[in-house]
Amino acid sequence: MTVTTDQPKGRVIPDYDLQGITERKIGVLERTVGPDNARVIRGMFKNSVSVAGMVIIAFLALVALLAPVLAPPINPNKAYDIPRDGFSSEPRPPMSSWERRQPDVPFWYPALTGRTEWVHLMGTASGQWDVYYGIIWGTRTAFKVGIIIIGLTVIIGVTMGSVSAYYGGWIDEILMRITEVFMAFPFLLAALTLAAILVPRLGKGIYAAVVALTVFGWMSYARLLRGDVLSVKQRDYILAARVIGATDRRILIRHILPNSIFPTLVYASMDMGAIVITFAALSFLGVGTEVGYADWGQILSFARAWIPSLLTYWYIVVYPGVALVLFSLSWNLVGDALRDVLDPSMRGRGGA
Amino acid sequence: MVNYIVRRLMIMPLLIFGVTLLIFAMLQFLSPVERAALFVRDIPKTDKAIDAFIIKYGLDDPLPVQYWHWLVGRKDPSSGEITGGILRGDFGYSKTANLEVIDMIKRRFPATLELALWAVAPIVLGGVWLGVLSAVNHNNAIDQVTRVFSILGYSFPTFVFGLLVLMIFYVGTGWFPPGRLSNEMNVVVLGDAFHRYTTMNTVDSLLNLRLDVFIDAARHLILPVLTLSYLNWALLLRVTRSSMLESLRQDYVTTARAKGLAEHDVIGRHARPNALIPVATIAGLLILLLLNGVVITETVFNYPGMGKAAADAAVQLDVITVLGLVLFNGIILVLSNLIVDITYAFLDPRIRLD
Repeated sequence: MTVTTDQPKGRVIPDYDLQGITERKIGVLERTVGPDNARVIRGMFKNSVSVAGMVIIAFLALVALLAPVLAPPINPNKAYDIPRDGFSSEPRPPMSSWERRQPDVPFWYPALTGRTEWVHLMGTASGQWDVYYGIIWGTRTAFKVGIIIIGLTVIIGVTMGSVSAYYGGWIDEILMRITEVFMAFPFLLAALTLAAILVPRLGKGIYAAVVALTVFGWMSYARLLRGDVLSVKQRDYILAARVIGATDRRILIRHILPNSIFPTLVYASMDMGAIVITFAALSFLGVGTEVGYADWGQILSFARAWIPSLLTYWYIVVYPGVALVLFSLSWNLVGDALRDVLDPSMRGRGGA
Repeated sequence: MVNYIVRRLMIMPLLIFGVTLLIFAMLQFLSPVERAALFVRDIPKTDKAIDAFIIKYGLDDPLPVQYWHWLVGRKDPSSGEITGGILRGDFGYSKTANLEVIDMIKRRFPATLELALWAVAPIVLGGVWLGVLSAVNHNNAIDQVTRVFSILGYSFPTFVFGLLVLMIFYVGTGWFPPGRLSNEMNVVVLGDAFHRYTTMNTVDSLLNLRLDVFIDAARHLILPVLTLSYLNWALLLRVTRSSMLESLRQDYVTTARAKGLAEHDVIGRHARPNALIPVATIAGLLILLLLNGVVITETVFNYPGMGKAAADAAVQLDVITVLGLVLFNGIILVLSNLIVDITYAFLDPRIRLD
C-alpha cells in the first residue's frame, strides 16, 4: 500500500485503485450528520406537507420575534402582561376604540389601518384585556414554554436513557423501573396536580406549569434514546475506544451520544405542538399563569364564563383558537411527514 | 410466556409502591396544616389549636412514619380510633366536593365511565374505517384528504374544538346542551320511582323503560362524544393505515388477487382481518386513555365526572382531592396495562415475550 505524500498532516489516505467505482459526492450536510440523518433532512424538504408546516412555523416564529414591533408593550419590563382598557366584564368586539392608556402606535399601524389611535383589533376579553396583544405576545409565550420544556425534558431523558443503556445491569433495571413509575401516572392529571401544588411555592406565572410538564414529560425520550444507545454500544468503534483506554464518560459523551441522539432530538422537537397545547390546557383550566398573562390558553379561559353567548363573543374563542390550532397543526404536519421519512419500510420508495 | 407474566406480576406491586412514593413526595410540598385534610374534615383556625392538631395527627413525624400512617391510617392513642390510610380506602377529605374523596370517586366514576364507553364505539369504528379507506387508496386524493382531516383533528386542542362545537350546536341551534341531564329529567332520575342500577343515566333509563330520560341523557352526551371521537380518530387511523399497508403487501393478498377474487373480498376477507390485530390493542387501551383524557372535555362541557372534579379541585388548590384521583387513576392504569399486554400476547402468536 502506497501513501500519497501531498496529503495534509494527520490525514493518511490509502491509495486504493478507484477505477470503476463511481464517485459519490458527500455534501456538508451528510458529513456533519451522517448519511441516514441527511436522508431524513433532505426528505423533509422534498415533502410538500412538511414544507407547508415549516412555512407556518417560520411565520409564527417571526411573529414571536417581532412582538415588540407588532404590539408595543406599555411597560417593557412587564411585556407579558396584557394591557387592559378598563375593568368592565363584558367583552367588546373587534375594532372598538381604545379608551384609556394606549400603548405607543408603531410605524406600520397608521399606514396599514389609516388610523392614528390604537383600536382593539381583535376585541377585548372580559376585564377589557386586549385580545390582539395577547395573541401576539402569546406566540412568544408558546415558543418560550415549548423550548424550555423540551430542553429540560431532553436533558433528563438523555441522561436517564444513556446511563441506563450504557451501564446496563441493575442500573438499567432501576432507572427503567423509575421511568415506568412516572409513566404509570395519567399525564394531564399528574401535571395538573403538580402545577397546583407548585403555584403557591413558585407563584403564578409560567414556571409552575413548566416544572410540572417537565417532571412528567421526559420518559419517552429516555426510552427512545436507550434503544438507540443499546444498538450503538455494540459497534466496533466503541470497542476500539474502550481498548485504547477511554473512560466511560468519554466513550458515552464523545462516541455514543453523537451517534445515537439524532432521532431523540428530532422527535423531541416535534413534540413542540403537543407541549404547547398541554400548557395552554393548564392555563385554560386556571392552573399556572395569572389572569391577564399573554398566553393563548389564558385568553380562551375567558370564554368559559360566556358559553351561552359565545356567538356574540366569538372573538375570544376564534382568534386564540386559530393561533393554537395553527401552531400545533404546523408541528404535526412536519411530524407526520417525518414519521414517513423515518419509517424503514418506506425507505427506497422515493423518500416521503 | 409464563415467565413474562410472572415477572410482570412481580414488578407490578413495585410499580404501585413507586407511584405511592411519588405521590407522597408531592404531598410533602404541602404544609402540615394542609395535609391535615388527609385525616379530618374540620381544620382548626387558631395557632394554638393548629399546633396541638399537628402533634395529634403526627404531621411532623419523620417521613417514613408519616408515609406508613398515610398508607395504613393512624390510630389515635387516646380513643383508639383509626383515621386516614389509603389502604383502608381513606383518601382524605375533599374540600371542593364536600365529601370524602373516596365517596366523591364512587359518585363521579360512573359518569366518566359512561362517557368513555359511549365514545369508544365511534372512535374505533370511525378510525378503522378511515384507516382502511386511506390505505386502500394509498397516496391518491382520498388518502390525502383523510390524512389532512385526521391531522387537523389531533391538532385541535380539546378545549378549542369543544368550545367551537358548543358555539355551533348549543348556542347556535340549541340542540345539544352542556351538562349531564336537564333539570326536569334530573328530578325524575333522583325520584323514588326511578331505580338507579348503575348510576349511568343512559343504562338506567332503559332499564327503567324511561325513553324520555334516555333521549335527554343522550342529547347531553353527543357533543362530548363527538369531541372525543374527532380528536382520537387520528390515533386509530394512523395505526390502521400502516398496518393495512403492511398487510396489503403480503403474499397472501397477491395470491388472493391472483386467483381472481374481487377486490372487495381481497380487502374484507384477507387484508383487513389481519391488519386489525394491532388495532385491537389500541382499542383496548383506548378506554383507559379516555378515562384519563376526559379532564378537559368534561370541564368544557360541564359534565360532572372525575375529570371535572379534578380540574375544579386543582384550580382551588385542593391538592388532597387531586392526588387521590391521581392515585386511583394511576393504579387503574398500571393494572390495565398489564392486562392489555398479556391479552395481546395471547391474541397474536407471533409475539414472544420473555
